[in-house]
Amino acid sequence: MAKLYSEPSRAERVNKNLVPKEETIQFLLDYSKALSVIDYNKLKFEALLN
Amino acid sequence: MKQSTSCDALLVSDYMNGNEAALCELITRHKERIFRFIYSKVYDKDVAEDIFQDTFIKVIKTLKRGAYNEEGKFLPWVMRIAHNLVIDHFRKNNRMPKFENKDDFNIFSVLSDGSLNAEKALIKDQVESDVRRLIEELPEDQKEVLMMRMYKEMSFKEISEQTGVSINTALGRMRYALINLRKVIEKHNIILTN
Repeated sequence: MAKLYSEPSRAERVNKNLVPKEETIQFLLDYSKALSVIDYNKLKFEALLN
Repeated sequence: MKQSTSCDALLVSDYMNGNEAALCELITRHKERIFRFIYSKVYDKDVAEDIFQDTFIKVIKTLKRGAYNEEGKFLPWVMRIAHNLVIDHFRKNNRMPKFENKDDFNIFSVLSDGSLNAEKALIKDQVESDVRRLIEELPEDQKEVLMMRMYKEMSFKEISEQTGVSINTALGRMRYALINLRKVIEKHNIILTN
């Protein structure tokens, strides 16, 4: 069997089932829970609370 | 589609009002499309993962600050953020090009660490001490010239002044010193390489 030296086209590669890792999603959800924005005299402060 | 965008608007407003579950729903709903969009530009899963994460960090910050203006365009807005981050990524890479090791080429085959590792440092010390011992075996006049030339880095003019011989004699002594060293090295099969 001859070797195939060609690669799938860009479109084919992109069409694979591509989703971000579960850890990335979990990180974002945790980050969102930890982040709080505090309003003080028209200023906004970000605080990351664990 | 109409219903989906209106649902997005609802979820966004829920999230801005403190409902964390709404963010989970928004991400689940759009993650594939956004991730695929980023991947289609960068063609690297890890980079796409990073940009995806940075995109949503921006989204979260903007929503929590209440700086998002809902116009029923949540997805296009997120896509625009992702697009800008992709551009930032390529700008950064242009300033600092990245080499990837492929099967047929490894960057470390052309780049090397100039400093000696522990083994090479030991060998270097050994070679230097062997050379010193060989020099000790030379006749005194040859040894004197060689030491001045190689270890004190003196010119032949300075050597001739210090030893009181002519430059030609100093040159001749140096020549014989090297010939004698080579003879001893060959005779005893001494290996002096690192």
